[in-house]
Amino acid sequence: MSQTQEKYVGQSIDRVEDAALLTGSAMFSDHLPTRSGTLHAAILRSPHAHAEIAAIDVSRARAMPGVAAVLTGEDVKDISDPFLIVLRQPILQWALAVGKVRYVGEPVVVALATDRYRAEDALSAVEIAYRTLEPAVDPEAATEEGAPLVHEAVGSNIVSVRDFAYGDPDAAFAEADRVVKLKISYPRNSHTPLEGFVASVAYDAATESYDVQSNFQGPYSTHTVISKALRVSSSRLRMRTPAFSGGGFGVKVQVFPYIVLMGAASKIVGRPVKWVEDRLEHLSGAAAAPNRVISIEAAVKNDGTITGFRFDQLDDYGAFLRAPMPGPLYRMHGILTGAYDVKNLAVTNRLVLTNKCPSGMIRGFGGPQMYYAIERLVQRIAVELELDHYEVIRKNLVPAGVFPYRAAAGALLDSGDYPAALEKAEKEGKLAELRKRRDEARAEGRLYGIGFAAIVEPAQSNMGYLSNILPLEERRKNPKGGAVSNATVNIDPLGTVNVTADSIPQGQGHMTVLSQIVADNLGLKPGDIHVNLEHDTAKDAWSIATGNYSSRFTSSTAVAADRAAKKARAKLARIASQTLNVPADRLEFGNGKIYAADNPDNAVNLYRVAGSAHWTPGNLPDDMEPGIREIGSWSPPELEPPNDKDQINSSLTYGFVFDFCGVEIDRDTGAVKIDKYVTMHDSGTLLNPRLAEGQVHGAFAWAVGCALHEEFAYGEDGSFLNGTFADYLVPTAWEVPEPQIVHMETPSLVTPLGAKGVGEGNCMSTPVCIANAVCDALGIENVTLPLSPNKVSALIHGEERPPPDGAEAPSAAREVAGNVIAGAGEAFVKSPPGEVWAALLDPEKLASVIPGCHALERVDENDYRAEVSIGAGPVKGRFKANVRLSDLDPPNAATLTGALTGMLGLSEGSGRVTLAPKDGGTALSYDYRIEVSGTVAAVGGRMLEGAARALVRQFFERFATVLGGGEVAVADEAAPSWWTRLLAALGIGR
Amino acid sequence: MPQLNRDTRHAISFTLNGKPAQGHAEPRMLLSDFLVHELGLTSVHVGCEHGVCGACTVRIDGAVGRACLTFAVQVDGKKVDTVESLTPEEGGLNELQKSFRSNHGLQCGYCTPGILMSLSAYLEENPKPSEDELRDMLSGHLCRCTGYVNIVRAVMEHVGNAP
Ligand code: FES
Ligand code: FES
Repeated sequence: MSQTQEKYVGQSIDRVEDAALLTGSAMFSDHLPTRSGTLHAAILRSPHAHAEIAAIDVSRARAMPGVAAVLTGEDVKDISDPFLIVLRQPILQWALAVGKVRYVGEPVVVALATDRYRAEDALSAVEIAYRTLEPAVDPEAATEEGAPLVHEAVGSNIVSVRDFAYGDPDAAFAEADRVVKLKISYPRNSHTPLEGFVASVAYDAATESYDVQSNFQGPYSTHTVISKALRVSSSRLRMRTPAFSGGGFGVKVQVFPYIVLMGAASKIVGRPVKWVEDRLEHLSGAAAAPNRVISIEAAVKNDGTITGFRFDQLDDYGAFLRAPMPGPLYRMHGILTGAYDVKNLAVTNRLVLTNKCPSGMIRGFGGPQMYYAIERLVQRIAVELELDHYEVIRKNLVPAGVFPYRAAAGALLDSGDYPAALEKAEKEGKLAELRKRRDEARAEGRLYGIGFAAIVEPAQSNMGYLSNILPLEERRKNPKGGAVSNATVNIDPLGTVNVTADSIPQGQGHMTVLSQIVADNLGLKPGDIHVNLEHDTAKDAWSIATGNYSSRFTSSTAVAADRAAKKARAKLARIASQTLNVPADRLEFGNGKIYAADNPDNAVNLYRVAGSAHWTPGNLPDDMEPGIREIGSWSPPELEPPNDKDQINSSLTYGFVFDFCGVEIDRDTGAVKIDKYVTMHDSGTLLNPRLAEGQVHGAFAWAVGCALHEEFAYGEDGSFLNGTFADYLVPTAWEVPEPQIVHMETPSLVTPLGAKGVGEGNCMSTPVCIANAVCDALGIENVTLPLSPNKVSALIHGEERPPPDGAEAPSAAREVAGNVIAGAGEAFVKSPPGEVWAALLDPEKLASVIPGCHALERVDENDYRAEVSIGAGPVKGRFKANVRLSDLDPPNAATLTGALTGMLGLSEGSGRVTLAPKDGGTALSYDYRIEVSGTVAAVGGRMLEGAARALVRQFFERFATVLGGGEVAVADEAAPSWWTRLLAALGIGR
Repeated sequence: MPQLNRDTRHAISFTLNGKPAQGHAEPRMLLSDFLVHELGLTSVHVGCEHGVCGACTVRIDGAVGRACLTFAVQVDGKKVDTVESLTPEEGGLNELQKSFRSNHGLQCGYCTPGILMSLSAYLEENPKPSEDELRDMLSGHLCRCTGYVNIVRAVMEHVGNAP
């Protein structure tokens, strides 16, 4: 009999998750059963970036059919506490806004009803009076004296400043041949998982405990934040997560404020409550990676050697500092020198708050921002010293043969050979050919550039890294470090193997990899291993580090499962040793059997051995516990708390990524085309190479989005401008090229499986690599992402020239002014001006022609009030309109000013309309300027303008009909806003 | 078109994956909500509810449609197919699904049923698309996990056009 057991770790086996996902039987959070009587929640969010809440009237909403409750911040405040934060600062955040709103999208009211539709109906009847305040939007402006304060009690928008120095940076800069400087600004963006947040909570009054089902992804340090906010001990907060989640990318930790909100709501109404986030809510209010401004300097020698770095980082956390913020600034701290052997480092970290959506945990977690500064700077060093960029990278890399290597700020680089990786990429990626291609393109006058980026990819966070934000004396009192993970291997009476673990998967294939690991240990096939990764804090092992983040799986939970499987194996071997009469350490496992290494025929089936631990526990060795249920726990010793010199090994493993790419820029349109992209990864041992490649592909695609399309845009008044997937542009199959992946496997020395993280490297390397290529193509010093065609074409052609006299600026006006829509247009009605004028001043006539008008009343001679329902794209809502006419010049012209308010947002604007006789009829012409905010502002561009056109046409068509017919010619020069139209319509058609 | 009362739950009868199905819905109820919450389908996923992401894609009388942009009452008397309809008679996965599995064409799988439904219709029209044609068609779907590489590979291999 052949006993040789095939090894599965390292093989690209098919995923065990896929059958359920491909056939649609996998259950995501919204599919999970809820208890009968569950109420459905809808959340009303702030349309203002900064405002005091003067009054909230929910009485009408409460009385609506199917509505069980409508709650405000005051209700929630009574039974919950503000979220714990890492700093001792009075930054108080409850699950609903209390007293003041601080960003567009902040939850203000929650309605609970028998279904989501009725809950949303209720929101439309809530009336809120706001007193708007000046917002702080730009992070640098927010740091200035006199800037509006996001939190008055803090006294400043800068909530933390820390200085660090490693080596002797002053000497390095004093002795440098040259100092190269750059200031970069990294935008806000997010990985936006396709599935939004789900939180379903039932409060049990008898046990005073909360039962939560949610697609929360950890870290479970947040469990503490939730239980403190809900004022219960952690054992009375049961968190359950499903086996399937529609993508996490870090974002899904940020469901936690909603878990608190639904918990509080459930307690107040005494019924289970479920909330499913929609896309508009997600884009405006879930989380964004912090935007960051970095001034970076390098001390360099004339030969390109870098001897020191200086960082001044200003990280913008938006309106609140939610856990686990400010992780993005400190997770990368130990590795602030990147892939380079630089001993001298000075760092200033400043945290600023602004009136934007709170920042959060997003794939890459601080890496994209930091490497954008470092790798842009290295490119500048090459340009300024007239050296080759690739050579400058190579010259400064951490050399081979020095691992483990302690980086200046404390990262312990576990393994690698960076120069060899570079060479491999150069060769396999055919860099020489790419250079030729660039030369040829340039010789033809085309805009072609090559970019490079070398980065170290950290994985498995040290739970103690955030304590580096505290001064040493404070840290000493309570040193924090480590990261515990857990897995259980259970072998049942019939010998089948079950595995549970605390990895909280978000689509990466953890079930498959765990089945590979356990199968290898027990001499079974992956198909024999049943892995269940649903997680339940009431029953499964967990720690504060539990969860799916910082690319930790392969070096954390995978190791815990390996340890559990090894324990199970040792136990089985001891039992089998009695039966086979062979010492346990001379037994092998393979093909479902346990056998003597030197006599494979002396064998017993594994299931029999396992069964005996259940059926005949009396026969087990004396000191052995019955059954086989083995827990593996693991915390790597290298994850120590920060030392007295502020050095911190912020992560456990450090992979290496080296990218280069060629881009071509269309001179006319400014479109950036990625012509070739090569990405070299040394992520240690690959447990399942196909899954590892999948991680690279996914990170790369998002990074292409960040480089070219994705940015959360805010107007100067803090209004949020791209709240749909038609406005926040996620790359499609058409925009993402296939990268060439080059692998190298240098096993990690600090994890038993030799594996490192692989899922975040390209988020860090690719945006800057593409930016470097664009700078190379255009010969420019700096660029800011995303490199949208209009931005790039401005770099090529200069800012757009003003339009010729009399013409409105084309639709770029919208983009330039953010949330301001301005424009002009004309219409023709076949009645003379006198009749038109009279009709426009007749409330009854007007009410009948205004699309969606429910009621129109004249409150004063020239003041009108109306209620209208209007929709644009996915949003539809009821608005109150107030319009005032002035500068009346009957029947020739009028000015109108007005405002619309409703749950979807508001607008304010003014316009002038003129009527002139023409061919027996009337030519109407108008111009206007409108500012919008709230959800409606976020439904930008296409949808808003499309809706506007439809509405204006409708208005004039109906108007013409009322006036006895006539042909309608509506000319839109700058796509007019439907708001304008409504204002226009309400006062007088303009 | 019949006039529907907005506060009434209207009876809807239609054919779902080849079998008769019934339910009740107010006129404003989306087909996506109806399939998931009234009929208990787990294969329909909602990613945006405004027609952009494609996660909710189903076939209605054979034509590809977004369940999030369709009202449930609109499918009365019609034939609706979701990803369950792709399962071959003998059970398991169809050839395209197998190719998705062997090429790692899915990660979280949230986008997958919608993509498979679009593909099922598209490949009837164009059984051997070029990669460019395929990418063009796929651009009607968002996937946040895979970078599309392995989705493209899965389909190209399935149609016998793999490089
Ligand atoms: S959910 Fe229907 S297209 Fe996105
Ligand atoms: S596999 Fe996750 S969105 Fe496509």
